[in-house]
Amino acid sequence: MNASAIEPRFRSGDRVRVRRVYPLGHMRTPFYIRGHGGVIERLCGSFGNPEELAQQRSGEPKQPLYRVRFLQKDVWPGYRGNAADTLDVEIFQHWLE
Amino acid sequence: MGGLPAGKVEATEHDYAEWERRVDALMILLSGVKGGAKRMTVDELRKNIEALPPDAYDRMSYYERWVSAITQTMIQRGFITTEELGRKMEETRRRERQRD
Amino acid sequence: MKDSGGYQPYSYFQLMEVSLRELLVEKGIVTEAQVAAAVEDMRNRSPERGARVVARAWTDGDFRRKLLEDGTAACEQLGLDVPALRLVVVENTPAVHNMIVCTLCSCYPRMLLGLPPDWYKSRNYRSRAVREPRAVLSEFGLFLDEKTTIRVHDSTADMRYLVLPMRPGGTEGWSEERLASIVTRDCMIGVAVPKIH
Repeated sequence: MNASAIEPRFRSGDRVRVRRVYPLGHMRTPFYIRGHGGVIERLCGSFGNPEELAQQRSGEPKQPLYRVRFLQKDVWPGYRGNAADTLDVEIFQHWLE
Repeated sequence: MGGLPAGKVEATEHDYAEWERRVDALMILLSGVKGGAKRMTVDELRKNIEALPPDAYDRMSYYERWVSAITQTMIQRGFITTEELGRKMEETRRRERQRD
Repeated sequence: MKDSGGYQPYSYFQLMEVSLRELLVEKGIVTEAQVAAAVEDMRNRSPERGARVVARAWTDGDFRRKLLEDGTAACEQLGLDVPALRLVVVENTPAVHNMIVCTLCSCYPRMLLGLPPDWYKSRNYRSRAVREPRAVLSEFGLFLDEKTTIRVHDSTADMRYLVLPMRPGGTEGWSEERLASIVTRDCMIGVAVPKIH
């Protein structure tokens, strides 16, 4: 039985924000990036949801996974470095808005 | 863990011990890579590592955490029981002592 | 399977490893032969494999393009088996320096490069690489121009990363083998750059 595939909502260049939510359980979205805005660098493909897989569930339907580029100066208060420095993080679609 | 204050990076490395390599191998096999039948996911392993109390996490070495997490996952999956593990560990310790 | 010639009592976790493995073998979940083969397999994976990929990319423009587009396929094209690896290759340029970390655990392109160094898995590297990359790089002895943009890549999910360093000047006419010899593991993580010795 095929779970219907989840359509990718975003494309390279789209501005997105990481949801500022703090659910319990295993996540692959780091605390430091929640609530921050960035730009889609690329769609990596669709993969099983790690939050579900961690609980012995199937992780289906697969979620689109993106590399999202953030400016370091936007993420860390008082960041000292080049204003163009970036932090590229893989984020699942259901964490992006 | 990203962004938390921390100390200088000590560029340490060590030659992995055989038991550590075996833990790594078990992780790979049980995840269904390199000819192993898939018995668990790395996500379950990571969840079990994250569930370690913070002081235990810091006291344990990398592969001590992994062997602990793999064992926990095998118990959660029902492949082994805590009781079997306890008995086997006692038996192994006894065998080891007899070598003295 | 004993660790060494000298007798050392098992630590608690070494005891756990022996016991877990024996139980899993008894229950037919793995075999000793499989474990031994997997240990040997990982032992044969090393940074030299990544260095070959870099050296080829330095000398072959089509390969370099392919590598940046699909890292896994490019490695396979070179005859390197990389099971379950989804590789993203990021390129250093005069304007941009890349650095790889896994803040959540220790994700690393093991199937290409073999086991990662301890420091890569350490709390200190994982906490600080994302937040103060320049300071961390300076601790590795790498000092970048202020105008260089640093990109830190946090391997949070299914992709694994390799830095394609810049080919240093003074290497014109070098064979791929000689080029590969200056590409260290740390260059491919992004905490060093290739040097001519």
